[in-house]
Amino acid sequence: MPDSRFVYVTYIRTTPPRLWQALRDPEFTRQYWMDTRQESDWIPGASWTLLLADGRVADQGEVLEIEPERKLVLRWRNQFMPELHEEGDSRMTCTLEPQGELVKLTIIHEMDRPDSKYINAVSNGWPKILSSLKSLLETGEALEKSVFGAKSA
Amino acid sequence: MDDLDKVFQALADPGRRMLLDRLHAQNGQTLGQLCERMGMTRQAVTKHLKILEEATLVVPIRRGREKLHYLNPVPIHEISDRWIGKFERGHLRALAELKQKLEEEGKSHA
Repeated sequence: MPDSRFVYVTYIRTTPPRLWQALRDPEFTRQYWMDTRQESDWIPGASWTLLLADGRVADQGEVLEIEPERKLVLRWRNQFMPELHEEGDSRMTCTLEPQGELVKLTIIHEMDRPDSKYINAVSNGWPKILSSLKSLLETGEALEKSVFGAKSA
Repeated sequence: MDDLDKVFQALADPGRRMLLDRLHAQNGQTLGQLCERMGMTRQAVTKHLKILEEATLVVPIRRGREKLHYLNPVPIHEISDRWIGKFERGHLRALAELKQKLEEEGKSHA
């Protein structure tokens, strides 16, 4: 059975420790990732939650694998849109590879089902999030803060 | 050559744009799948894919024994972000939809 998978790659002029921090630290994520923050103990098996600015839970899941500054694998399920929630868990694999003065960041977001509405729905968001993350690390400023039109009151 | 030069150079060839269109229609294809109905040799497709990979427009991912090719939307997003303001985006989408609708109507009347 074919699965649904998108792959996103960007090269960022930064270091693995800085990028690793930016991927998880709320002070960074709220600037480039639609004003969200993540809650987790960041060990394999720990729960993982993505919270919107107003405290609502956007996605919920679990840390599957974590290798500091190299690799993070999360499993999560959308929590606020019933037709996306019913599709079940998606899996996100994030890898960091230093290449000279750059770090190659690869995000693979997939679901074990064909034509996933969720994987398609978020495929508009990921390029914006990654471009904004790159801009934040390279220039100190994120791009548009609320990439999905969610107002940060 | 900077990264953006590589992206534009990769996009400047109709065969490579066709490969991107085919990945846009169905993401994650093997070299063999991409060679079907391309009207070019396997060597030519391989060469084009290498240029697309160097521009990070295409990313190869290993799954078991297969190497699957994925369209990476990030560089194209960066191009559009650079010259299109966030407020223009809605108007441009409306214009593109209008153009498409009128052209489809034109075809059905012809």
